Amino acid sequence: MEMVMGKSSKKMHPHKFLLWIAIGSLTMMFAGLTSAYIVKSNQAGWQPVKVPSIFYVSTVVIIASSITIWMAQKAIVERQMTKYRLLVTATAVLGLIFLITQFTGFSEMWQQKITFKESIAGSFFYVIAGLHALHVLGGITALFVLVLRMFSTRTKFYSSVPVETAGLYWHFVDILWIYLFIFFILVS
Amino acid sequence: MSEVTHIHEHAVGVSHEAHHEGHHHADHGSFLSKYVFSQDHKIIAKQFLITGIFWAVIGGFFSVVFRLQIGFPDAKFPWLETLLGEWAKGGQLQPEAYYALVTIHGTVLVFFVLTAGLSGTFSNFLIPLQIGARDMASPFLNMLSYWFFFAAGIIMLSSLFVQTGPFSGGWTAYPPLSALGDASPGSKIGMDMWMISMALFIVSSLLGGLNYIATILNMRTKGMSMTRLPLTIWAFFFTAVLGVLSFPVLLSGVILLIFDRHFGTSFYLSDIFINGQALPNEGGSAILYQHLFWFLGHPEVYIILLPAMGMVSEILSVNSRKPIFGYMAMVGSMFAIAILAFLVWAHHMFVTGLNPFLGAFFVLLTLLIAVPSAIKVFNWLTTLWKGNIRFTPAMLFAIGFVSLFISGGLTGIFLGNSALDIQLHDTYFVIAHFHIVMGVASMFGMMAGIYHWYPKMFGRYLNNGLGYIHFWITMIGAYVIFWPMHYEGLAGMPRRYYKYDIWESFKQFGTLNQIISIAAIIVFLAQFLFLANFFYSIWKGRKVTSKNPWGANTLEWTTPINPGHGNWDGEIPEAHRWAYDYGKDGQEFISQTTPVGDNESKH
Ligand code: HEM
Ligand SMILES: [Cu+2]
Repeated sequence: MEMVMGKSSKKMHPHKFLLWIAIGSLTMMFAGLTSAYIVKSNQAGWQPVKVPSIFYVSTVVIIASSITIWMAQKAIVERQMTKYRLLVTATAVLGLIFLITQFTGFSEMWQQKITFKESIAGSFFYVIAGLHALHVLGGITALFVLVLRMFSTRTKFYSSVPVETAGLYWHFVDILWIYLFIFFILVS
Repeated sequence: MSEVTHIHEHAVGVSHEAHHEGHHHADHGSFLSKYVFSQDHKIIAKQFLITGIFWAVIGGFFSVVFRLQIGFPDAKFPWLETLLGEWAKGGQLQPEAYYALVTIHGTVLVFFVLTAGLSGTFSNFLIPLQIGARDMASPFLNMLSYWFFFAAGIIMLSSLFVQTGPFSGGWTAYPPLSALGDASPGSKIGMDMWMISMALFIVSSLLGGLNYIATILNMRTKGMSMTRLPLTIWAFFFTAVLGVLSFPVLLSGVILLIFDRHFGTSFYLSDIFINGQALPNEGGSAILYQHLFWFLGHPEVYIILLPAMGMVSEILSVNSRKPIFGYMAMVGSMFAIAILAFLVWAHHMFVTGLNPFLGAFFVLLTLLIAVPSAIKVFNWLTTLWKGNIRFTPAMLFAIGFVSLFISGGLTGIFLGNSALDIQLHDTYFVIAHFHIVMGVASMFGMMAGIYHWYPKMFGRYLNNGLGYIHFWITMIGAYVIFWPMHYEGLAGMPRRYYKYDIWESFKQFGTLNQIISIAAIIVFLAQFLFLANFFYSIWKGRKVTSKNPWGANTLEWTTPINPGHGNWDGEIPEAHRWAYDYGKDGQEFISQTTPVGDNESKH
């Protein structure tokens, strides 16, 4: 039955559809975590933490990466394969930069004694943003697979569906970050 | 919307190709790819079923062991020591072992048997067959879903054999027992394994659920509009939606728990003393975990119930030879139940110091669930009313389901009331309520499904005589076991206790507890009749000789008696009508594939 998967790669809309439902599911996970944060922040003894300023950089970077993946989708439709490859790689690199800025922000916080033991708000912060970062990492892996596939297959592979699916996911982690970012600023 | 229709066309195209390929595959597949790493939804369904049965035997056996302790607290059973070793030193179940058994019993029956075993089996088996599809949207993810479940099972099973024993803090895994390794023996490695197992299980459920939803929305055959779907499919659909939206929240709760256990955070922990030593954790809240848990926990009840409701609706209609009464009301009430299921979780928390105003709100919402439930009961009874009832074993189990659902639903109205719940909470009244309405009722739904679709699954019949004996012992037994527990609960007898004879006020229940335990043993043994029947009939049962032995309308009965991978030999049939034209215009039944005649009356 591999054929169902194989053949359908030309028209992989069912997979995109699966991804939409999965996005709904992931959204619920983060909704669960952020509501836990709200519930906790209303209880006595809550000490808010400040969002590290480097997270503004993170935000700009990830928005930029959403734009590059969108341009990549356009490039493949126009059969500009070099440009496409470049843009997908750029997206993945921006993703990596995002992760680096996140890590820097986390270390900064940790040095200010916002540790698991000292701060509940901080703990939430690490867990929620960390989980998001893991999802970004998954997206980066998918993008690299896309790029590698471009180089390794001899057959010309012009389908735009894989990059559309990857793009959908990427926009999701982008919007999710923006939500988390605003959330952390507001609920502090 | 336009995108959805677009997908639909593609999906049909894909499945045509899949068909030719499917046959090719079925002929040449090795044993491994055909029966083990199969991507055929029918094989995966059977894998879920048999794994579910395995866990039901384990979970059921545990209930027998701890019921022995409750019924005969002073007796010694040397054979128990032979079997369980350390756990039953001197033939007497140890307190730690009691808690461990109760915990694993609950976890396994709720998740492995009545979620994976029920949804996994019948969503997999019936969705493609009843909507007219060659297979699932993604057969590969579907296969993964099974293997994640399998791995979850292996880890849970291994946790029974570790030295400090399996997790023992209750199936709800409330912190601090679940968060602190030093809290009890079962909180050590057993709890870690419990968590890993549950995380794998959640992944399995999500993969399955995604697939069920995508398949139902995208892969229906021509003419199978949503309103022509059999109620089984609607039920599986709502079940999957509930799972996909609530399991991730449980996962988030479990993730925080992992951090509390292993990385020193205090999400759930505050002011705790172990052996007189204060722990450094401060500021956490165990209630937070309860919110996250019950946000899944309550929908989970309906994840367990809805598939049973769907199958029962179908089986009642087929065997009454009458259309289901109030089809749209049935769909609407399932929809209402699915929505309300997300809004009532806090009724499990009336006694946690929940704001009484908020409490009143949750009482109202909880009692509102009675409305769609009552509609369903009314419709089932009306479907039965004046039907030409065929009392097959499947039909008996379906009727049994309705009976149990009514009994258990009524006691739910007591519990939904926050004032009464203060007395009843954590007593045997709760045990009685949820076992009847959820545990046993869904078991009955599952049994009904197995007896009804067995001929389609294996091309052979189960033995009817054994089926009847199985039904009557289980039915009577279930009431004998759980009915008296209501009285014990009203008297305040708490649940999750190892021994009751130290209280003067519960001494009166000594004999009653013995009767319950004996009934539980008999019911447990009666299940072996079913098991023998099930496995014997796979190879030796009476062969099915016609495609449609029950005279049913749904599409699965238009496939060959032993359908290959791809389900239909030729084209996928088209659906021309709803699934419930029984006894219409003088015809006993009209298959969904029959075009509507010129002078046919409207339903
Ligand atoms: C032969 C049938 C069964 C018997 C005799 C039985 C008996 C019991 C008893 C006596 C308890 C309470 C133990 C205590 O609190 O000390 C219990 C707990 C429980 N049972 Fe069953 N049960 C049966 C089947 C089922 C089924 C089919 C389900 C599926 C939903 C189920 C789910 C649970 C759960 C969730 C708990 C709570 C565990 C906990 O407190 O953590 N049981 N069972
Ligand atoms: Cu509930």
